[in-house]
Amino acid sequence: MKKIIDFKHEMSAHCENGVISNLLKFHNISLSEPMIFGIGSGLFFTYMPFIKMTGIPVTSFRPVPGLIFKRVTKRLGVKIKVQKFKNKSTAMNELDTLIEKGIPTGMVVGVYDLTYFPPAYRFRFNAHNIIATGKTNKIYHISDPIMEKIETIKYEDLVKTRFAKGTYKPNGKMYYIKEVPTDININPAIIKGIKHTCKDMLTIPINYFGVKGISVLANHIEKWPKKLGERKAKLYLGQVIRMQEEIGTGGAGFRFLYAAFLQESSNILNNKALNEMSEQMTIIGDRWRDFGVLSGRIFKQREKSKFAYKEAANILRDIRTKEESFFKELRKTI
Amino acid sequence: MKKEDVPQNNENLLNGIKEIQYAVDENGKYTKVLSYGWKPKNDALKQAVNVLDEQIEDARLQVLEGDKSPLFFWMLLKQMDFSILKEYTGINKFRIKRHCKSSSFKKLKNNILQKYAKTFEISLNDLKNVPQKTIYSLEYNFNFKLKNKEIQ
Repeated sequence: MKKIIDFKHEMSAHCENGVISNLLKFHNISLSEPMIFGIGSGLFFTYMPFIKMTGIPVTSFRPVPGLIFKRVTKRLGVKIKVQKFKNKSTAMNELDTLIEKGIPTGMVVGVYDLTYFPPAYRFRFNAHNIIATGKTNKIYHISDPIMEKIETIKYEDLVKTRFAKGTYKPNGKMYYIKEVPTDININPAIIKGIKHTCKDMLTIPINYFGVKGISVLANHIEKWPKKLGERKAKLYLGQVIRMQEEIGTGGAGFRFLYAAFLQESSNILNNKALNEMSEQMTIIGDRWRDFGVLSGRIFKQREKSKFAYKEAANILRDIRTKEESFFKELRKTI
Repeated sequence: MKKEDVPQNNENLLNGIKEIQYAVDENGKYTKVLSYGWKPKNDALKQAVNVLDEQIEDARLQVLEGDKSPLFFWMLLKQMDFSILKEYTGINKFRIKRHCKSSSFKKLKNNILQKYAKTFEISLNDLKNVPQKTIYSLEYNFNFKLKNKEIQ
């Protein structure tokens, strides 16, 4: 089999946004990464001490994988198809059929077996998004938003990544665009996206989600050195920074990406207040970076003071206060 | 974050891959900037790699001392834990834990050993031993050497 789809690949900060943006572009809908992120309500916070990945509590700056895609397509009226599989060869055959038809197909994969990936990123992390854009014999062509150009992967390796085990198993999950509407009205989609993010950050009645989760994390961080010992505390803190800054999160836990979205939306909706909100979000993003720098000093042992963890916790508390009033105000501007 | 403040701490952790960051230009407009990396993030990444390598080395020494079985070493080297290994092999966690002890590993039949070896993609002979020297996981698994392992 040989089929290569004419596909325009573009890098992005976050894999899911990037995949959506590239898929939509293929169907002649041109939306920037920040727009995808904002319309899909990609900004989130959750700290879940009861769910662990390789023994460390999960902190996440985004909704569960796949949700941004679902929301963006729904809000734009784009029809999609999402499939999961039990059987590996069925999953691969279905993929081949789509490629043969010239349909670029998104997949959720584990990065450990992603052979072209930067080795230092190859952890057992299972929520990465890529697009199959072609196949030559047993080699698949892959558009991966964190890579500069189209990459390739062997059949057997692609099977492994699609059926990786561990937290968030992808189970061969794949998705593609079935139909796009003739004209798209982006304004209501933006408003829906913003409203949903405000709701997610402010009103989920569980303490681990939204701005409340930031406070819980702050309280826990403060206790980590005593409760876990110096070594483990550092490890836990390092993990928070990795989630805040590593692949997909695009720095400062997405806050700059969201600020970019608000700025662009301000022009589209002709709403000046949104531009002011964007500036506020930039300040919040900078605070997240302060937290990152201090945490970095702690786990490097440059910061030996007992109060360093407290200080880090206090930055988070400041962020919580700022984000809480930010989202309350944002809710009112639209 | 201003455009000129986008960090460029290139430690070649990512094989030369740059990442996209969003930052504000001189007119206050958001724009895409390519970044070579940020120090706290690089350090967090190196920390994760180092911790893994320490655990692997601990395991290797415990195997050489006759405490643990090589299975324990290989499981860690392949970045697995009992749950992940259970999912790959279908062997329950309780049994895997037992097989990680040297005494019970020695009694294992070939078909069980084969399952483990296949999961790790190594030979039966490899599975029964640990390397004589310290192993670095990125180097062993992906043929990648960190330029500077130390967090500075």
